[in-house]
Order: sequence, then C-alpha cells, then structure tokens
Amino acid sequence: MAKASPYRSGDVLAGVCAESYEERVAAQITLADVPLKTFLNEAIIPYETDEVTRLIMDSHDAIAFGPIGSFTIGEFRDWLLGDDADSAMLKSIAAGITPEMAAAVSKLMRNQDLIAVAKKCEIVTSFRNTIGLKGHFSTRLQPNHPTDDPKGVAASIIDGLLYGSGDACIGINPATDSPAAVLKLLNLIDKLRQQFDIPTQSCVLSHITTTLNLINQGAPVDLCFQSIGGTEQTNSSFGINLALIDEAYEATLSLNRGTAGRNVMYFETGQGSSLSANAHHGADQQTCETRAYAVARRYKPLLVNTVVGFIGPEYLYDGKQIIRAALEDHFCGKLLGLPMGVDVCYTNHAEADQDDMDNLLTLLGVAGCNFTMGIPGSDDIMLNYQSTSFHDALYLRKTLDLKPAPEFEKWLVRQGIMSENGEMLSINPSHKLLTGVI
Amino acid sequence: MSNEITGTNPLTQLRSCTTARIFIGRTGNAIPLKQSLAFKLAHAHARDAVYSRLNVDVLTDKLKLFDLLLLHVHSQATNRQKYLQRPDYGRRLDDTSKAQLKGYCGEDIVIIIADGLSAEAVNENALGLLKILIPKFRAADLRVGCICLAEEGRVALGDDIGEGLNAGLSIMLIGERPGLSAADSMGVYLTYKPRPGLTDESRNCVSNIRKHGMSYKQAAEKIFYLVNEAFKRKLSGVALKDNEGLLDH
Repeated sequence: MAKASPYRSGDVLAGVCAESYEERVAAQITLADVPLKTFLNEAIIPYETDEVTRLIMDSHDAIAFGPIGSFTIGEFRDWLLGDDADSAMLKSIAAGITPEMAAAVSKLMRNQDLIAVAKKCEIVTSFRNTIGLKGHFSTRLQPNHPTDDPKGVAASIIDGLLYGSGDACIGINPATDSPAAVLKLLNLIDKLRQQFDIPTQSCVLSHITTTLNLINQGAPVDLCFQSIGGTEQTNSSFGINLALIDEAYEATLSLNRGTAGRNVMYFETGQGSSLSANAHHGADQQTCETRAYAVARRYKPLLVNTVVGFIGPEYLYDGKQIIRAALEDHFCGKLLGLPMGVDVCYTNHAEADQDDMDNLLTLLGVAGCNFTMGIPGSDDIMLNYQSTSFHDALYLRKTLDLKPAPEFEKWLVRQGIMSENGEMLSINPSHKLLTGVI
Repeated sequence: MSNEITGTNPLTQLRSCTTARIFIGRTGNAIPLKQSLAFKLAHAHARDAVYSRLNVDVLTDKLKLFDLLLLHVHSQATNRQKYLQRPDYGRRLDDTSKAQLKGYCGEDIVIIIADGLSAEAVNENALGLLKILIPKFRAADLRVGCICLAEEGRVALGDDIGEGLNAGLSIMLIGERPGLSAADSMGVYLTYKPRPGLTDESRNCVSNIRKHGMSYKQAAEKIFYLVNEAFKRKLSGVALKDNEGLLDH
C-alpha cells in the first residue's frame, strides 16, 4: 500500500515510501490485482490493539458491499469511473467500503479520476441549512483573532457575511482552550445569529472535553468539534477515544438545536497527523488519513474538513503534493459517504503560494467539494497560515455557477447582500449588519 | 471597476478591532490590486526569511565582546531543502560538529544561536538580547561555557550540543516560523540537562522576540527567571510554568 502511494515528503520521513519510480508503479500494478475482500480479512493495524480497526471491521456492511464484493482494486477503479457507478449506486455501496479500500483505489487513480468520481457522490447534510446539494457550494466563515477579542471576531464575522460567507458554519479556532473564553465566543456568535436571524450554525473549535462540559452547563452549542486521526494511538495523542466522542455526540444531539436536520458534528483531519504523533504503525499517511473517516462516519457529521496544507512541508512539501493530497482526501471521504470540505491552505515554509491554492480551489469546485474556509484576505492572523478568502469563494461560485446553501441564499437576498440571480450587491455603510454590531 | 463599500464611519470602527484583512473591498469578485500586492509582499518577506542564512561572519565578530568560546556547528541537514523535509536531520549534529565539541565544557549554561525557520530573526535579534542576558548571568555567578552558532538547526539540536558539552542547561535562540505579519520573530528555548530524546514538554519557550514584539529587556527578564528556577528545581518544561505571573504576559 505505502509503496503504491504517490510521492510525498511525509512518507519519505516515515521511511515507507517507494525507493524508485519503478518500484512505485510496480507496487501499483501489484495492488491492482489484490481483491477488495482482502481488506476484510487482513488488518493493516491489528484488530486487537486498535479500536479504529475494530470500528472499521465491526461496522462493515456486507450487504452494501455485495455489488463490489468480487472486484479487485483495479476492477473497482474501472467500475467507479464507469456509468454503472452513478450517484444512487455510489450512495448504496458507501457503507460497504472500508477506508483501506478507498485509500487503495485512490492510489491507482489520477487526479482527473479522483475528481470525476467524487463529482458523482452527492453527500447532503443539514442543521439549520442544507449543505452539499448539487450545484451548491458553502463556506465556513473563520473569523479568528489572536486574543479572541470579541469585537475583533465580530468585525470579521460581519465582513464575511457581507461577502456571502458562513453557510457551512461560523467557526472560530479559539486562541486558548479555557472554558470561559470558549463560552464567551459561543455566546457572541449565538447572539449575532439570533439578532440577524441567520440560517447557519456556530462552532467554537475547542477540545471535545471543553465542549462537553460547556454543553452540560447549558452553553449554546450548535456543533461539537474535534480533530480526529486514523489510529487509536493518534486519537489518544489528541486526548480522545471513541467512547468520549460517543458521549459528546449524544450530548450535542440532546440539545436539539437544529431546525433543518440533526447532523451535529464537525470533524477536522489531515494527512500526517498519525506520523506526527508517532502513531502510524508503518502505514502511509494517506491510508492513516482515510481511516480517520471511519471515525467521522460513525457520527453522521454535518462537516468534515481535511486541513490539507497546515501541517507543513515535512509531510506535504509543495503545491503539487498538497493538491494531490486534497483531491485524495476529498475523493476518499465522499466515497465513504462523508460531507467533505477542504481547508485549501499552506504555511510559509511550504513550497506553495496563492496560485497553487487557486488551482486546488478550482479543482475542488469541479469535484463538487461541499465547502472550503472563508478568511479575511486569506490571512489567518491567529493560526498564522494562509487559506481561502471570502473573495475566493465568490470567484468559485461565479465561475462554476454554484450557489450557497438554499436557506442561506434566501437570507442573503433578504439582506440585500446578494441579488436573486446571485450577483453580489454593493453594501451601503448604513447596512444593518454594519450598524447593528457597533 | 471597484465595488467597494463606500463611506467610512462603521467600517473604520470595525477595522480598528482587528488586524485581520477586513473590508478590503472587491473588484468584481476579486481582491483589489493594492491589497493583493500587499499580501504578496508580506508572503515574499516570509519566504525570503525561510531561505535567509545565518550571518556567521558578522555574528562571530560581534559576539567577541563577550569574550566567550565561540563554536560553529552544523546539523545533519545538508541544505535548506533537506532541512524543510527532514526535521529529524535538523535535530542531530553532523559528525564533524560532534567531533568539534570534544574537549570543551558547557559549564552551567551553553548558548546556541540557530537559524531555524528564519535566520534573519536571529541575525537581527540575538545580539541585542544577549547584551542584556549575559551580564545578568555573570552577576548571578552563572557560568556560560560557550556560544554555538548552529546552521540548519531545529530546537532539539540543542540537546545534541548540550550533551556533547555536558552543559547544565541550554538556551537556544532560534528563528520562528515566519508569518505574514512578522518574518523576523525570534524564540528562545530553555532546556535543563539537555540530552537527545527530550521533547517539547521538557522545554520552556519565550516567543515573539523582535522589534515590534516582545522587547529584549522583557525577554531577558523572563529567561533569567526561568534559568534560576530551573537550577533551583532541577527541571525545565511544563512543570516550571505558571508559577510566576512573569510568564503570563
């Protein structure tokens, strides 16, 4: 598996990468003849010692697997690209596909294949609005501030809303994980949401234990967030396990705050997290990443976000590697039935720039990605990295004729931010979103 | 054609609440050129900082004023590209450097100046900090064994150096990962009884030392406090934190 993976720095660092171009292709040729069934009998990380492996094996749906049960990985790739594998068919087999099957088949696919098949998967989720419908594209408004200053955060939120951002959620990475600070931010977004009657959901991306405690204290939690990884040990380095997520999931559901649906979880992942925690068990980083989607799938999340370029050049060195990894993650997640979004991003020590991000954003738009981030001017002043701007999302919507989530779209029109036919309107300084927060 | 929000009042007020790039307007759906180029320039500064080199000659000359042994070492990362892709190489000394340390003694404190992700940061800020810090050590009878200039170094390279010199404590001045707002930010890591195998939880860090960030004086006070505490309690890292308001600034 690892040797069949397209080249990336993290697999070299882990010492699992193919040693030559030839060895890589030879590994892909060998992998193509492996039956999909093999993954049901042979675990990459032992069943006995890893609860993610147990989750994958124990939750496998043999009936859904039926139509593809006799395929080799190579035959699976060809079938996925064929007309028989339409949206309905892909939906019906999702529960029969394990992360390892998805990872394996992705290694035999070109970028074009990853885009073409992902495009056929329609994964729709809802909370106060509906995300992932064909022809729609959403954003998480990310109004981070280095000291969690409420006014600074609010200013970025208003800016984003006026650019039509925030239908996936308004999601803040807090600078500290202190419950008091997180509560303050939760109350801030909730107040704004109610004041302007915005059909979206809020999230403060604190540790799940912090969120759980705040839920128990009656805080206005819409979505419960957690970073997750693809091995038990990775998750334990994050201070979590499945039992803990089970508890937080049930607690969030019990608040019953969604009006359009009951998808209440928001997960973030990213290739390299297992190796970074020295918890990869010799598996390549893309396979580890895909295993994290089994964890996500258990909780029917509203949003899954692969934060693809954040981890740094020792895992994904340049624009080419970041783009490939993002398309793999988006494809694998969608194939497994997840509402995938991508944080199209890079750090300053990676060999990447805005042009690479433009390329990736456009490819993801074509692939039917559910959402990306919306950040003022691409510059996250708290996390110190570059992601997509509010403007980037407008570019994508305009160029590919994509619309915001339907409920949010109607709200934008009502607010005079967007016209009925999707044009962005000029904003007067007396607009109530501007005067209403000061 | 520019399609910017016109007028100033509420916008000026909101803008003053954050350094985020808000209300930058749009032309069509794109970021206006002036803002686009400002962003590019900030990124260019960050990129140049990543590829900047430790100014060994100038530093060697200027550091003479402390009348301390000066060593010049190199990690196993042979170039910047290797350094960026293989953090493990940046944490270990190459063979020549290892041999070079033999026969020298780190005494109580060894000071290391490493390029990290922005050599520019230490080129600019290392001397200013040391001018305040070293006299403080001397006044407190703490012996500084030597100053090492380390190229292609990561924080944990200080463990290899500290062990090689048998130092009581290592202080590493290192260039931090450049952001768009600052490309010249220096961090200082302090490790008690440095030896290979230690992780970040065994260190204390004083961050964001630069012209428009934390001042040399304030940083030196924090570091001096930490050094004294480390020797007193015979440890550094997580256990040393939160005992003095000094660290919470």
